[in-house]
Order: sequence, then C-alpha cells, then structure tokens
Amino acid sequence: MADTFPTDNNTVAPRRRDIGLKQRYAAERRFQLYGKLAIAFGLFFLALLLWTVVSKGYTAFLQTSINLDITFDETVIDPKNERNENPMKLLTANYPKLAEAALYQKLGIDPKDKAQTKAADALISKGARTQLRDMLVSNPDLMNKTQNVWVLASGEVDSAIKGQFDLSVDESRRKIKDNQLEMMDRLKADGSLEGRFNTGLFTNGGSSRPETAGVGVAIIGSAYMMLIVLLTSLPIGVAASIYLEEFAPKNKLTDIIEVNINNLAAVPSIVYGLLGLAVFINFAGMPRSASLVGGLVLSLMTLPTIIIATRAALKAVPPSIRAAALGIGASKNQMVFHHVLPLAAPGVLTGTIIGLAQALGETAPLLLIGMVAFVVDAPATPLDPATALPVQIFMWANEAERAFVERTSGAIIILLAFLAVMNITAIFLRRRFERRW
Amino acid sequence: MSLSAIILVVVVLGVIGWFVGVSRSKSLVAGNVSQLHSRPTYYGSYIFVWAVLPAIFVAAIWSIVSPIYVDNQVRGHLPAEVLSQEQAQQNLSMNIVQSIARGLNTLSSENRPADDVTIEDLKPILAEQGVAIAGSGETYMITSARQMNSMTRSSETMRAVVVIALSLIGFVLAYMQITAKLRARNKVEGVVTGALIVASSIAILTTVGIVFSMLSETTRFFSSVPMTDFFFGVVWDPRFANASDPNAAGQFGLIPLLAGTLYIAFVAMLVAVPVGLFSAIYMAEYAGPKLRSVAKPLLEVLAGIPTIVYGFFALVTVGPFLRDLSAQISGIVSDGGSSFIQAQSVLTAGFVMGIMLIPFVSSLSDDIITQVPGSMRDGSLGLGATRSETVRKVILPAALPGVVGALLLTASRAIGETMIVVLAAGVAARLTINPFEPMTTVTVKIVSQLTGDLEFNSPQTLVAFALGLTLFFITLALNVYALYIVRKYREQYE
Repeated sequence: MADTFPTDNNTVAPRRRDIGLKQRYAAERRFQLYGKLAIAFGLFFLALLLWTVVSKGYTAFLQTSINLDITFDETVIDPKNERNENPMKLLTANYPKLAEAALYQKLGIDPKDKAQTKAADALISKGARTQLRDMLVSNPDLMNKTQNVWVLASGEVDSAIKGQFDLSVDESRRKIKDNQLEMMDRLKADGSLEGRFNTGLFTNGGSSRPETAGVGVAIIGSAYMMLIVLLTSLPIGVAASIYLEEFAPKNKLTDIIEVNINNLAAVPSIVYGLLGLAVFINFAGMPRSASLVGGLVLSLMTLPTIIIATRAALKAVPPSIRAAALGIGASKNQMVFHHVLPLAAPGVLTGTIIGLAQALGETAPLLLIGMVAFVVDAPATPLDPATALPVQIFMWANEAERAFVERTSGAIIILLAFLAVMNITAIFLRRRFERRW
Repeated sequence: MSLSAIILVVVVLGVIGWFVGVSRSKSLVAGNVSQLHSRPTYYGSYIFVWAVLPAIFVAAIWSIVSPIYVDNQVRGHLPAEVLSQEQAQQNLSMNIVQSIARGLNTLSSENRPADDVTIEDLKPILAEQGVAIAGSGETYMITSARQMNSMTRSSETMRAVVVIALSLIGFVLAYMQITAKLRARNKVEGVVTGALIVASSIAILTTVGIVFSMLSETTRFFSSVPMTDFFFGVVWDPRFANASDPNAAGQFGLIPLLAGTLYIAFVAMLVAVPVGLFSAIYMAEYAGPKLRSVAKPLLEVLAGIPTIVYGFFALVTVGPFLRDLSAQISGIVSDGGSSFIQAQSVLTAGFVMGIMLIPFVSSLSDDIITQVPGSMRDGSLGLGATRSETVRKVILPAALPGVVGALLLTASRAIGETMIVVLAAGVAARLTINPFEPMTTVTVKIVSQLTGDLEFNSPQTLVAFALGLTLFFITLALNVYALYIVRKYREQYE
C-alpha cells in the first residue's frame, strides 16, 4: 500500500504504472493510417477509372480522313443516262469507285496494278458510299464536276494512325500492310490525310464499321426518355409527396405507402425492366425497343428518388409559414400551393435533376425491353425503335474490334459529360437558392 | 376523330369554360368580388373540371374497351370451320385479319380494291404499302377485315360524339350551378386532393404491378418446370438450341446462379466494407473540414458513375491486368506458367463492384457515426482513451445497429447489380469455390434469357421472371430488415 500511495513527502515519486502508452499511440497512428489508406484507395480508383476512360477515349473525337478531289463522273454513276426514269439509279450507283479513282490519281497508282489498287481501296472507308451519294442526291448539279471532299479513312487506317496497332510485328500478322503504310505516309506528308473533328460520332447511328458508328440515335433516344421521365415522374412525384407530407392522416395505409416508397428506391433496376416487359409490352401491347416504354420504366424507377427529395424539401419549410398562411384565411390547398411548394421548389428541382441523372445512366432495364437494337436511322417519335446512350456503350463494349474500344470510351466520355453537367447544375441550384430558416 | 384530337377539343372547351366561369361569377355580383363565396378563378376551375374530367374519363374507358369489343364481334363472325379450331389457331387468323385491316386503311380511296377481291390479288397491293401478310391468308379474312374497319370507324365516330357531348353537358351543368353562394373552392379543392391521393397510390400500384406481373409469369413457368427442380436444381442448362422441341425443356437449377451471385457480392463486400468503413471513420472523426469538403464529394462521385462504366472498366482494365499479373506470378514459380486468373472471373467482378459500393458504405456509415451523441465521445476521451480506442470501444458499438443496416442495404445493392457482372463475371453457370474462375449470377441470366428474339411462352424466357421474383424477394427482405434496424437505431438517440 505504501508503495503506490505515499503518505509523506519523503518517499520517492511513485512508479508510473505501465499503461502501454507507446503501443497505444502506435495503434492510434496505425488506425489513422488505415483511414487515410482507405480514402486514398477510393480516390486512386476514381482517378484510375477516369484516366482509363479518358486516355482510351479522347482519340474518338478525332477521325482520320482523306482529302480527295472527287469527280462525279457520269460514265461511272449513270452510264446509260437513265436517272430521270429511274431515280433508284442515283442511289445504287458505284460511288466507291469515284473515291478510289481519285485516290489512285493522288497516289499516282496505275489503275491496272491489281495489288496496289487493292491496297489503296482498303484505305477508304465503306462509309464513303453514303457520303458521296448524299452529296450528289442533295445537289444533282455536281454531276461531272470535281469537288474537294474529305472522305473517311477506313477503321484500320484510323487505328494505325492513332497507334492502336503494334506496327513492329510481322506484316502478315497485322491488318495494315507495309505498302499501305507507305501510301499513308505519302498522303500525310502532303496534308491529305489527317485527323479531323469527328462530328459523325455525335450524329451517326449504329454501324458495324467503327469509323461510321456514332451515338446520334442513342442521344435522341435518351433525350426522349428523359423528357418522358420528366413529364411523368415530376408531376406524379410532387403530387404524391405533397399528399404524404401535407394532407395524409397518420394511419396504416399511409404507413404502408411510406415503407413501400423506401423499398421501391432499393429494388434492383433490372426488376423494373421485367415489370416493363410484362406490363407495358406484353399486356398493354406497346412496341418493343421504343423510347416510350423505356421512358415509362425509367419514370417508375425515378419516382421514389423524386418523392424522397421532395418530401425532404417540403419538410424543410418551417411550420411558421404554414401557420401564417392558414392564419390569414388561406385554405389548406392554398397554403400548400401558394406558399409551401414555391419555397420548396429549389429542393424539388435539385432532387429531380439528380433523379434524371440516375435514369440517364441506367442500362439494365433497357436491355430487357429490347433497346439493344441496331438502329441506324434517327427515331422520329418516341414510338420508333431507338437505343440509349448507356445501352450503346454496352453494345460497343461487346464488339471485338480494337477501334470500338475507343468508340466505347468516347461514348462514356459523352455520357459522363452529360451527367457532370446535370449534377453540377443541381449543386449550383442548391447553393444558389437554398434557404436556411 | 383520333383520341388526341378529341382530348384537344375537350381541353379547349375546358379552357373556354374557365374564362366563362370567371366572368360569369364576376357579373353575378356586379364586380363586387367579396360577395362571392370563392375567388372567381375557382368558379372558372369548377367549369373546367366538369367539362374535362368526366369526358376524358369516358374517352379513356372507351378507348380500352372498344378494341376488345370489336375483336370479339369480328371473331364471332368468322366462318364456322375457323371457330371450331384451337384457340392458338384462331388467334393466328385474327392477327392476319388485323394486319389486312391495317393495310386496307393505308390504301387511298381510289386504289381501294373492289369488294370481291381475292387474297391473292390483295397481297401484292398491300405489300406495296409495306404491309406484309404473314402466313396463308384466305379470302374470308378480307370480309372480316372490312367488318373490323367499319366497326372501328363507327366506334371512333361514336366516341367523338359521346365524349364531346359529355364535355358540353358538363360545361352547361356547371355553368347553371354557378351562384354567388356556390362553394366552388371546396369542390375544386376536393378534386385536387383526390388527384394527390391517386398520385401517391401509384407507388403502391408499382409494387403491386411488380409482384403480380412476375407472379403470373412465374406460375406459367412452374406449370412446365417443377418448383423443386428450380429451387434445388444444381444444373443450369436451358438448352436454347432445342427450344422448339417440347421434350427438351432443359434444366433450370437456381443454385449455381444464386451461389455465383452471393459469391460475387461477398467479394465485393470484402473490398467495400473495410475501405468504406475506414474512410467513414476517418472522415467523421479525424479529417479537418478542408479534407472532408474535398474527399467526401469526390468519393461520392464513385456512386454517381453509371454501372455500365464500371463494367467497361472491369472488361478492359481490371480483368486483363489481373490475368497478366497472374501469368507473371506463375511465370516466377515455373517457366512459362499460364495465367491462373481468368479475365472474366468472380474476383474481377467482385473487386470492381466493391469499388462501386465504397461510397454507399462510407456515406451511410458516416451519417450514422456522426449521429452518435458528442457526450459519449467526450466522456471516453475524458477518461483518457485515445481517439482510436474511443472509436473502437465506444462509437462503433453505439453505431453498430445502424452500420449493420447500412451494410445490409449495400449487400442488397450488390446482389441486384447487373451491368458489372454482365460484362465481367462470365456467362458459364457452374459451382466452384475458386474465385479466379468465372461464375454467373441471377441478373446475368435474366438479361441473357430475355435478349434476343424468343417466343414468349417457352420456359426459356419465362424462367427470367422466376429469377426476377427470387431476386426481388431477396432484396426486399434485406431492405425491410435493414430499414427496420436503421429506424430502430435512429430513435435511440433522438
């Protein structure tokens, strides 16, 4: 007893109890380190993910094209001069031949040299046919005139220029041959072969050739769906939240609705796809692959998000506003629609934008309602077959060709850019209009 | 008159009614608005509601019922030998009749064929209009098609007349009711409240729709495949190739899919839980406001990235990296070793899914940890505990129920995740405990059974609904339990 609790001042200071301070501090530091490592791990993979997408995808915005002086030679297009009787003649003519002839001229190849011409033909994309056809059909005066045109180079040339092919391997094992490389070098030297901004990526539809594949149809399909989501889930979501938050009596039924909405928010998205397939397509007989069905399915998915956000925004409006409105004789409806809802509007808007962003990135339910479709023409109405941006990414991700990896990443960049804009708008709205009571 | 034109007319009538109602109410009291029971706009809305709502309601009912009625009538007039056929055969004939009817409608009046045209003559005419007649049409079908067209036309005319008349009647009735004493506001507000109730019941309808649509398809599936074979079968082999042969139904064992789903979700949780929990703890207990304001939103960006992007990331970066890494590791052990991790594997899918789930774990746990009252924290620190000891021995036990709830919610998300596993987990359904090999999941199989053009009645497609229902109930159970725990915990410190 005297050892540990000295009773007089003559004894030596008490021995410090060994409470393992060193180990405890070491444990403390380790613990902090784990925390830092965890955050670093998360941020590292965020960076890696974005870097993967950007580094693989930024080249998709440039597409290699060849500058050619193309003569719309009547003897090739319409040798028998029957285009007046048969308009199909102009649509089915041998346009690639025009581009090939122009290329031979540019490279100084003898058109009879089969080996050389075959190599040169492969430099030009098959998409040149539609490009030249559309030029001539929209402007028939071009017949027999020479026009300076940038035609798309083939996907292989594009990949070779962008360094996606290993050119050091043996010639027989690569898709682009030595004589083609030599031609490309010559074209490049006089500025006739260069990467130009890829407008086709934004306007073209589906294509089996990477150089003419684009997300145009997908963007239109996604836009239709977002419009439908906005038009259906915003009014319904707001109305439902107003009822639950302002009018509903506390009883079993409203309790069930509440639990229900929370659960719906966590139902796997693919289940909504099954619902859409069974109800909208099989039961109601709506067309498959249509953006209308996709939009309705996504609306049902977005509804809980909007309801939860709107209810939070309504809750944040202080009761004094309600009391004041009722006190000067407003009815309950007037109180809600004239005072509470306008004050909650920024919150509702923010929640809606975030819900829309979620819906924009959703893929799985759309696969089930047949939006995995190869659609070439832009859909004119929401009832036409269409595809969506994330579904287009999914379809391209399954393509084997090297150039499609670049397309996929490019499409992901476009999708992420849309999402970033939407989320930043939401944050901006929140900062700008948020009121603290 | 098309439906949209009718609706337009009705709405225009309603808008006119609104203005009429406003001016009528004002003129009743000679501009002295305070003598009215409600403000003038409510009298306008009163007429609008009466002119629009009943009419639209009837139009909707009519549009649903009329095609069914026409179909039944036409079916009744089919020749007796067709009526004696099986149901499926009859439906086929009706489909042809419908497409002939559609084709006849596209023809302009001058090149509409004569009344006694035969099907052989009609076919090329319709084909020119882009209407292909499937199967062998017969001439009686043209009569039926004409009957169908004329019935549809008269039904549409009647619909237009009835709906617009109803709208006018509502308009006039409401107009006649307007007096200064009419409680227009209360009535209009009653309608608004009704609309709000309808809107909030859509949430319930969605759940009911999910359950019923899937239940009905699932029972159809179980009528051809026994329930025990589905729930306890260990072989998944739907045999697409023999789908036409009724004897080769294939085997639909749920076990390998469920095992793959749970295994991949487990690997994902192995990544997400420690990382998410530690970053939540660091963010809540250690990080200064500056780091918090940067790192928290950045981590949450991970939750905003669409899952298809993670799938792509797994496909082109993580999968090949793990494969090459394993090739090098086995190259050290033995010369020319092969890669023991396949590009599509449980590990790849689980790891990438884990990254996706980090923000779910971290922000949910962060909320829960910061909810633990400061007095408990202060008490522990005041007794001389270090911060990590406080976290481990005081805060985490206090927050445990909430954290468990958060983890359950995360797990349900991992189980229902689709796009990552579609691209990174593989499609081979098998039972293995080797995480380096591909396995498949319930969601992958739902997608692969339903993409492609398949007959909708075969068990090969119906099984997707059975899988979906299983998935729905698993995640529902997890969610309900998790929400229950979270709610119970929240009340503790409030």
